Amino acid sequence: MRVLAAMSGGVDSAVAAARARDAGHDVTGVHLALARNPQTFRTGARGCCTLEDSRDARRAADVIGIPFYVWDMAEEFHDSVVDDFVNEYAAGRTPNPCLRCNEKIKFAAVLDRAVALGFDAVVTGHHARLGADGLLRRSVDLAKDQSYVLAVLTRAQLDRAIFPLGDSTKERVRAEAAERGLAVADKPDSHDICFIADGDTRGFLESRLGSAPGDIVDGRTGERLGAHNGAYGFTVGQRKGLDLRVPAADGRPRYVLSITPVTNTVTVGPREDLEVDVVTADRPIWHGVDTRVDCEVQLRAHGEVVPASVSVASDALVATLQSPARGVAAGQAIVAYQPDPEGDIVLGSATITAGSRVSSHA
Amino acid sequence: MVTGGRPKLEAMAYLDHAATTPMLPAALDAYVAAARELGNPSSLHAAGRGARRLVEESRERIAAALGARPSEVIFTGGGTEADNLAVKGIFWARRDADQRMRRVVASAVEHHAVLDAVDWLGRHEGAETALQPVDAAGRVDPEAFAELVRAHGHEIAVVSVQWANNEVGTVQPVAELAALSAAAGIPFHTDAVQAVGQVPVDFAASGAAALTLTGHKVGGPVGVGALLLGRDVTCTPLLHGGGQERDVRSGTLDTPGVVAFATAVEAAVAGREEHVSRVAALRDDLVERVRAAIPDAICNGDPADRLPGNAHFSFPGCEGDALLLLLDAQGVYCSTGSACSAGVAQPSHVLLAMGADDPRARSSLRFSLGHDSTKADVDALLAALPGAVERARRAGAWKTSR
Repeated sequence: MRVLAAMSGGVDSAVAAARARDAGHDVTGVHLALARNPQTFRTGARGCCTLEDSRDARRAADVIGIPFYVWDMAEEFHDSVVDDFVNEYAAGRTPNPCLRCNEKIKFAAVLDRAVALGFDAVVTGHHARLGADGLLRRSVDLAKDQSYVLAVLTRAQLDRAIFPLGDSTKERVRAEAAERGLAVADKPDSHDICFIADGDTRGFLESRLGSAPGDIVDGRTGERLGAHNGAYGFTVGQRKGLDLRVPAADGRPRYVLSITPVTNTVTVGPREDLEVDVVTADRPIWHGVDTRVDCEVQLRAHGEVVPASVSVASDALVATLQSPARGVAAGQAIVAYQPDPEGDIVLGSATITAGSRVSSHA
Repeated sequence: MVTGGRPKLEAMAYLDHAATTPMLPAALDAYVAAARELGNPSSLHAAGRGARRLVEESRERIAAALGARPSEVIFTGGGTEADNLAVKGIFWARRDADQRMRRVVASAVEHHAVLDAVDWLGRHEGAETALQPVDAAGRVDPEAFAELVRAHGHEIAVVSVQWANNEVGTVQPVAELAALSAAAGIPFHTDAVQAVGQVPVDFAASGAAALTLTGHKVGGPVGVGALLLGRDVTCTPLLHGGGQERDVRSGTLDTPGVVAFATAVEAAVAGREEHVSRVAALRDDLVERVRAAIPDAICNGDPADRLPGNAHFSFPGCEGDALLLLLDAQGVYCSTGSACSAGVAQPSHVLLAMGADDPRARSSLRFSLGHDSTKADVDALLAALPGAVERARRAGAWKTSR
């Protein structure tokens, strides 16, 4: 096949491209320039799409022996990922920009362009398995598994995706990069959000949305406990950074329970009030055969899995959890997995709209 | 050796001679022979004298080929250095002599080696910079230039207008512009990197005060070039040190590079007429066949007064970098013109200056023929181009539909 390898300049995508070539594909490497101003150099392990990353990717492509180009996707990335990120926070939800980038950029804008240019598939260095059976599964390296941020892909997108790394641990990928003479073998992992180079998400949002002072109130009593500079700076389940002047009566820590953009209010309460056992979600992508299924669900990136009964309709997904979960934030994805010894299988995903407490587990 | 690259080099159609052209066998032989010899041309002993003799003979050969005196040949590390030396060095020298000389004039279609040097003088040296506009063919209008000289001649430190454009191939009215400058006492620099060996270049007859040329565009090695600098033109050095080149340029000379450079310049100038008649015919054939295959392709640059090996098109609805990728995959090598350091395709400043809109500027490709080009190269291009254009149009439609 003629395949396009998306090369970030990191070790994973470099080894993925090399493996695709070894598998006999005709591989062309592409670095996606996503930043509007790429004239910056990476500091520490943060950020991406710098000149240095572009050069690292090009050097890796040269070593592998494949053509290499840079595609300017800054406008698309800004419109579909960065603006979406800001808008979602402004609406009181907690977005996952990596997921959105896979959905709208790598397996949409890039894939569409690749197909138009005669390529059959896009290769990425994601840690997830996608075998001949067409099922998306968790990576063998559970600590690095990225199936959660890929579960948003449709069947049509998955049919044109190749993930060569799912059967390898990150350690193995690094060792292989060194064996292949790729200089990125010991390049640090990227962390955080690539377009917020200093890692200060709240500061980034404040620069985009401005300061919007409002109240922090007690979820049980309605009492005003403190003030904030913008409800968008908070995430459900957050404990730190509340800066409350009034201590809780029982002295226990309080957590963000909900964010209400209309009144610009952040509601807080004790940990147990975070618990939900029914999660509703919209925009479902479903690969499973059955639309009512007992399975496991994951409610945030790197979050724990919870056994649940899931029912799916065309425009909604409802999961009834067997044990309550905490820190369920609207805007995050709920991903349903079917446990499997060959790697848990992604049944589908949807975007969380609400969590609620229906039964009493006390 | 190319490992893993595809396609194999012998199967390729190399249509990017304006980027760099293969070394002539005679230049390569001269390089290797000189590289075997020991000696720093600045040393006084026999080894040094041997190297100096090679360098000075080379200087004389280049001077003779281009209508210059040997003392006017300043060897540099290439075209970019020569352009920077001329623009900055002459500006500095003139301004230091007369503080009113703060204006720098260049055409809007200069290579970045000139354009960015001018821009730097504006931002760091307090220069007033003015880019002369060009017409739709990419030519500077001598009338407009004469007007500028009349209005501001007394404060213009240096003028730089290329002999021929590296992207669209348009040849500038250098003699006219140089004469207007000379009449006002303004040193005129011309970047002739693309012109030497392609059009007649005679430094003395041109009236220019300074002229840039480089080795690897004429069949010589990369990394060696020259600034022809009139004997009476003062120029402040960029590089300070041993003062090897007339105290205008320092650094131990690259003897084998200089020898090979001279060999290539001599051969390119001596063989120019034969080269032009062959390559221009091949280029005309290429243009005709591209227009027949893709009727809405737009030819850029001056239709008559252009470099013989240059063909430049805009393909409406396509992105140049998509076309480049598709042609590269079929072993046809060409260029989109300009790329920034991160490799993100930028619309060509040359086409924008010629009045093209952004999509047209982004849809362009340059095919440049050279001394080893054959009809088979043109055939390979025509075999690949129609399919690539169709495909790139579909990929372009994706972008506009969003």
